[in-house]
Amino acid sequence: MKPGEGSPRAFVSPSPRTTPRVAATAVSKRFPGVVALDGVSVTLAPGEVLAVVGENGAGKSTLMKILAGVYHPDEGSVELDGRPVRFAGPAAATAAGVVLIHQELNLAENLTVADNLFLGREVTVGGKLLVLNNGAMTGRAAALLARVGLPADRVTRRVETLPPGEKQLVEVARALGTAVRVLIMDEPTSSLTQRETERLYEVIDALRRDGVSVLYISHRLAEVKRCADRVVVLRDGKNAGELAKADVTHDNMVRLMVGRDMKSFYPKVHCTGTGGAAVLSLAGLRYRNGPDTPVSLDVRAGEILGMAGLVGAGRTELAEAVFGVRHVTHGSVALGDQPLAVKSPADAIRAGVFLVPEDRRLHGLVTAETVGFNLSLPNLDRLRSRFGIRRRAEAELHATWIEKLRVKTPSAAQTVGLLSGGNQQKVVYGKWLARGPRVLILDEPTRGVDVGAKAEIYALVDELAGRGVAVWMITSDMEELLGMSDRVVVMHEGRLAGELSGAAVTEEAVMRLATGGEAG
Amino acid sequence: MRPVRTILNALAPVVRPVARKLAPVLRRLAPSPGVRRILGVLGLLVALYAGLVGTYVENAPGFEPAARTQQRIQGNLIDVASIQGRYGVITLGAALVIITGGIDLSIGAVVGFSAVLFGVLTERGVHPFAAFPLVIACGGFVGWVNGVLVTRLKLQPFLVTLCGMFVYRGAARLLAGTVSRTATVEAQPDFAGSLQTLRYILVGKDATGELQFPAQFVVLLVLAAVVGFVLHRTAYGRYWYAIGHNELAAKYAGVNVDWQRTWVYVVCSALAGLAGVLLFLDSAYVQADSGGQYLELYAILGAVLGGCSLRGGEGTAIGMVLGAMVLPVLENLVTIRGLKSDLIPTVIGLTLLAGTILDEFIRRRQRARH
Repeated sequence: MKPGEGSPRAFVSPSPRTTPRVAATAVSKRFPGVVALDGVSVTLAPGEVLAVVGENGAGKSTLMKILAGVYHPDEGSVELDGRPVRFAGPAAATAAGVVLIHQELNLAENLTVADNLFLGREVTVGGKLLVLNNGAMTGRAAALLARVGLPADRVTRRVETLPPGEKQLVEVARALGTAVRVLIMDEPTSSLTQRETERLYEVIDALRRDGVSVLYISHRLAEVKRCADRVVVLRDGKNAGELAKADVTHDNMVRLMVGRDMKSFYPKVHCTGTGGAAVLSLAGLRYRNGPDTPVSLDVRAGEILGMAGLVGAGRTELAEAVFGVRHVTHGSVALGDQPLAVKSPADAIRAGVFLVPEDRRLHGLVTAETVGFNLSLPNLDRLRSRFGIRRRAEAELHATWIEKLRVKTPSAAQTVGLLSGGNQQKVVYGKWLARGPRVLILDEPTRGVDVGAKAEIYALVDELAGRGVAVWMITSDMEELLGMSDRVVVMHEGRLAGELSGAAVTEEAVMRLATGGEAG
Repeated sequence: MRPVRTILNALAPVVRPVARKLAPVLRRLAPSPGVRRILGVLGLLVALYAGLVGTYVENAPGFEPAARTQQRIQGNLIDVASIQGRYGVITLGAALVIITGGIDLSIGAVVGFSAVLFGVLTERGVHPFAAFPLVIACGGFVGWVNGVLVTRLKLQPFLVTLCGMFVYRGAARLLAGTVSRTATVEAQPDFAGSLQTLRYILVGKDATGELQFPAQFVVLLVLAAVVGFVLHRTAYGRYWYAIGHNELAAKYAGVNVDWQRTWVYVVCSALAGLAGVLLFLDSAYVQADSGGQYLELYAILGAVLGGCSLRGGEGTAIGMVLGAMVLPVLENLVTIRGLKSDLIPTVIGLTLLAGTILDEFIRRRQRARH
């Protein structure tokens, strides 16, 4: 970290009068077999909010980790306030005011918010005895939480009891507790509701006013438009282009990200199935530990029923009750005109009702196992004979679905956890498509999936609906909801708050219902 | 040393191109962790066996003809194989439980209980051929209880089977203090013939008590083949690996997780029941308070040496057999090396610890290379 040894800057600073807070110049990083970054340059002015977008594998996370001292670049240099830096690790970066908030949050869930805010830099008395000064920490914690708009009563709450959005804000508060000058966030809003996202934007606005530079990765193009001053697009580990605030449009960004025009992001070629017969019907459904309000709902053949709502509105839980994960206590489920008694996922699967779960790595895939293992898992009853699993039929199934879904994997023997998010998600779809769904419940169908794979998944879901599959799509992504759904139902605090179809499906109407308002 | 080097130098032009050709093939084999674990434990076994044979040759009196030495070595190896067979049977069970992410600490107690039960049953007039399946079924029932407690009541397997360890040991002591073939034959002279038949088939000992062939090892190989088929070629095996790696994902894919886990406990304890019968037939007598003691730990150790991860989801049938073979050879080796018997457990423990450290070291280096 010797000052004044910087190489001449080979980029154009956005505001030439001031030294950029952070400047990465021609940074390259190679991993065995992969060039993650290839000569990428990025600058960040004081008080600037910069969004970095790109498909999965474009190098966004690597870039952030280099800036935050997790990796060292193989080539190129990183400067902080005009001086070249080489952080020994994330702790050194934090000490210099560069803080990275990971996508999967790094909070100790079993500790309180205050404990987390001061983890590793506790306020102590008694010298080496390190006796915690809880009074001082509680007071300061409340002040930090106030800055991110969280009420003071959260200070003593255990982190695991907070909703995901508040956890994210706690992470931001923790960063504020250090002398943060550069805040780096990896997909901060991927698990947040609209309202929580909005709050995060406000915090970002406040940080900008305080002169903190913010750099963040996002898959949600709408939010990039909302709060970034400038957008840097990466593609295949290289700079694909840069957009000033005025030029930030959905089309511009997507074109730079995928390197081609994406005309039909939301395909919608299937005939909208408002006339189809109800395939899955819930009548007065309630489940154990669920809300007191019964839910009645029809999903029709060949339609995509979008389900909106804030996180915690009970959408996932309802789907899990139908899928047999949660115990149904009241009401009934019918498949076509037959009653459907589901005691476990096995029952639902036997009936052709499949769930693409919200948490892919926890519920969707055995990530330590191979692509083939996962594709086979729910289909083994069809692949087995008296002499064990029919190997050839199994290999055929793997080949078929890897090809049909264009899963980018070297082979079926590849460990599925090593694939990109989009390809992992395709494997989840593959294991169900191989079985032939009647009803497909999609819970956040494209979370953590890059734009290219997203478009492919949308086309796939559209095709399924076209073939008469009843699709029930739970999503917190407003664009996805509006772009894909034939009909939208909105949940609020465990009950169905309303149904929208046709021209009535607007962002405003959905949000009004989701937040407890009446349909306009 | 010098002639060896000369020979190697002379061979180099021939060996090098071959090695260069083989290297990519080996490299392709190497990354598979399962294969690597098997090669590792295989290497360990080869070293131990070499040490064993070497010790025999070294200690052979000068006047002894080579053929006689060879005979003694063979006899010893058969003795070892016999013990390996019995350890292997319970290792298979323990390993299956470990693959599904569980643990069974009650194995040793079930072995002791089963041996005592078999003795008591035959003594009271149950024909050995009937008592044999009955005892295995009882073992299976114990496993079912373990499984139900773990899956239905959602108790931790460690605690359930730890409690079971005391309960089944206590049950054995309630049944009898000591059982033996002599006691059975005294009470039921008619059974002498069939008991000896069973003994010959399962243990390989003839009427004089001489070990003819390591029948217990044959039993192990047969069972390992069955386990290997189920584990690697049927849907059940897939389910067990899936449950071990990610129980929730398995459940969401329609696997009846509770049912599968229960059955694995049943299999494990039934195998322990079988091992109990083997122990009874092999030994002069079995004491209720010590028969089969610590065997659960030997079984778990064998499973881990054979490549099962205690985190679940890993392990192969071949590995289980090889892993189970290590401890008896090691025990035999330190015994014939003339170590003071007080030192033996410590030496065994340290050797295994060294092996574990080495294994972890290699694993980390491999991971770093990826």
